[in-house]
Amino acid sequence: MEPAIRVNQLSKRYASGFQALSHVDLTIESGEIFALLGPNGAGKTTLISVVCGLVNPTGGQVSVSGHDIVTDYRAARSRIGLVPQELTNEAFETVWATVSFSRGLFGCPPDPDHIERVLRSLTLWDKRNNKLITLSGGMKRRVLIAKALAHEPEILFLDEPTAGVDVELRREMWQVVRQLRETGVTIILTTHYIEEAEEMADRIGVIHDGEIVLVEEKRRLMRQLGSKQLTLHLPSPLERIPPSLNGHQLELADEGHELIYTYDAADVSSEDAAGIPTLLSDLRDAGIQFSDLNTRQSSLEDIFVSLVRGRQ
Amino acid sequence: MNLYGVRAIYLSEMARTRRTLLQSIVSPVLSTSLYFVVFGTAIGSRIEEIDGVNYGAFIVPGLIMLMLLTQSVSNASFGIFFPKFSGTIYELLSAPVSSFEIVLGYVGAAATKSVVLGLLILATAGFFVPLRIDHPLLMLLFLTLTALTFSLLGFIIGIWAENFEKLQLVPLLVITPLTFLGGTFYAIDMLPPLWQTLTLFNPVVYLVSGFRWSFYGVGDVSLAASLAMILLFLGLCLALVRWIFQSGYKLRP
Ligand SMILES: Nc1ncnc2c1ncn2[C@@H]1O[C@H](COP(=O)(O)OP(=O)(O)OP(=O)(O)O)[C@@H](O)[C@H]1O
Ligand SMILES: [Mg+2]
Repeated sequence: MEPAIRVNQLSKRYASGFQALSHVDLTIESGEIFALLGPNGAGKTTLISVVCGLVNPTGGQVSVSGHDIVTDYRAARSRIGLVPQELTNEAFETVWATVSFSRGLFGCPPDPDHIERVLRSLTLWDKRNNKLITLSGGMKRRVLIAKALAHEPEILFLDEPTAGVDVELRREMWQVVRQLRETGVTIILTTHYIEEAEEMADRIGVIHDGEIVLVEEKRRLMRQLGSKQLTLHLPSPLERIPPSLNGHQLELADEGHELIYTYDAADVSSEDAAGIPTLLSDLRDAGIQFSDLNTRQSSLEDIFVSLVRGRQ
Repeated sequence: MNLYGVRAIYLSEMARTRRTLLQSIVSPVLSTSLYFVVFGTAIGSRIEEIDGVNYGAFIVPGLIMLMLLTQSVSNASFGIFFPKFSGTIYELLSAPVSSFEIVLGYVGAAATKSVVLGLLILATAGFFVPLRIDHPLLMLLFLTLTALTFSLLGFIIGIWAENFEKLQLVPLLVITPLTFLGGTFYAIDMLPPLWQTLTLFNPVVYLVSGFRWSFYGVGDVSLAASLAMILLFLGLCLALVRWIFQSGYKLRP
């Protein structure tokens, strides 16, 4: 089967001379949720804009379900729904009118039942006759999603769908995205909230300075790069780590009240994962007591920060 | 051909006109009617007939042209400028519509509105001045061609303009002066010889003259010259629009 999106050696240099994308290769499989992560100005929106036809590329090709976005733009674009990063609305149109407009624009015959389903799924049904200007920011964003879904696209781009959206609405949005995936829609989202990618995505791509730095399944990514930390709380502070403990990856924190042990999460399950038991017995031998302990796995955020920092 | 797309654009533009009925229909009709009141009934009776036509009736075709030109340009330019300005143009650019279909939707709607306006003004004029239309079909042809051509010009201006100031610039500095000097209120042969020659460089003269010919069978230039001029203009605008979409000028970075 053709992948949903195939990006091949894509480059974009803006008229200002700024190189926003350099030789990007990326394949997005049909039916997956793909999260594109990257700091401000990394090129996320530019990449999406090229695929959706808003920005002309300066090199490379993109195909959507096998259709080239330039030579076969009708077939390519009619498969895509786009929810842009910026909130933009025809202020004086009603919700119903603007969503119906989108459906027509994308070449579909009118289908009030479908529009109703979309509006209900986004809890916009009660607002269908409201002018957009009377809606709250969160509702406006949902209207943009409704517009993007009006023509029943196979692929949905969400450019920072939850920017400026409160926690509750964000969870609601995630729910909507999951439901969409269940109906077979491929979803590509960009986000600054790592928890969002962690929560939603099947695969994660990291883009930085217009280059794809990494593409990986989320689980494997977190396993590969994720280290765990064991924090021991010491009732009596340590000045420095005793030499007898030199064999372990230890550091002191909180003015000697915390002893932090860093280890690889992937090692825990393996045979020679003797780390923690040995550490604990070594601690006992050194006469160090602890009152409490906790462990934490590094989040995508940590992974992301270290990746981006590593390149600077 | 994405006919549903064209229909969606066309209908949403017409809906915008309905939402702004007062400003887009009522006000141009009213303000043009004031000319008929003043020139047709008040002082028109004291001005001599021109080419055997009552002065109030003489100025009707020119006034309709004046309104047609300014309204076509401003309406069509706003129609495409506003989505660009507000950002909603993203949807248009990401949709499976060709540039031809986009133009058909936007310019078609703007031209429709102008033609309706023109006919409304014509009907209003009938109340105030003794009107006569010798060649109604030709009149409609001129009306439609002019509405279409200047809606195209407006569309181009709407794409070119980055701000409201530029949007007003062309209608204010080019269209209005050319129309006022285009023989709306006088016949060209009433001017001194030098001005007669200069006036022939003003394209609006040809439009007004041709349009007036369809009413009263008299014009400043030949009918063929008028038709040729409007078709030339139409061709120019079409070529420019084509270039805009092909190059992505101001639409796709
Ligand atoms: N039209 C343009 N002309 C010139 N440069 C541009 C244009 N649009 C974007 N850029 C530049 O390209 C780079 C990438 O921008 P882009 O919007 O793709 O970033 P992003 O990853 O979406 O960032 P953010 O997270 O802030 O949305 C930025 O440095 C930006 O300044
Ligand atoms: Mg962005």
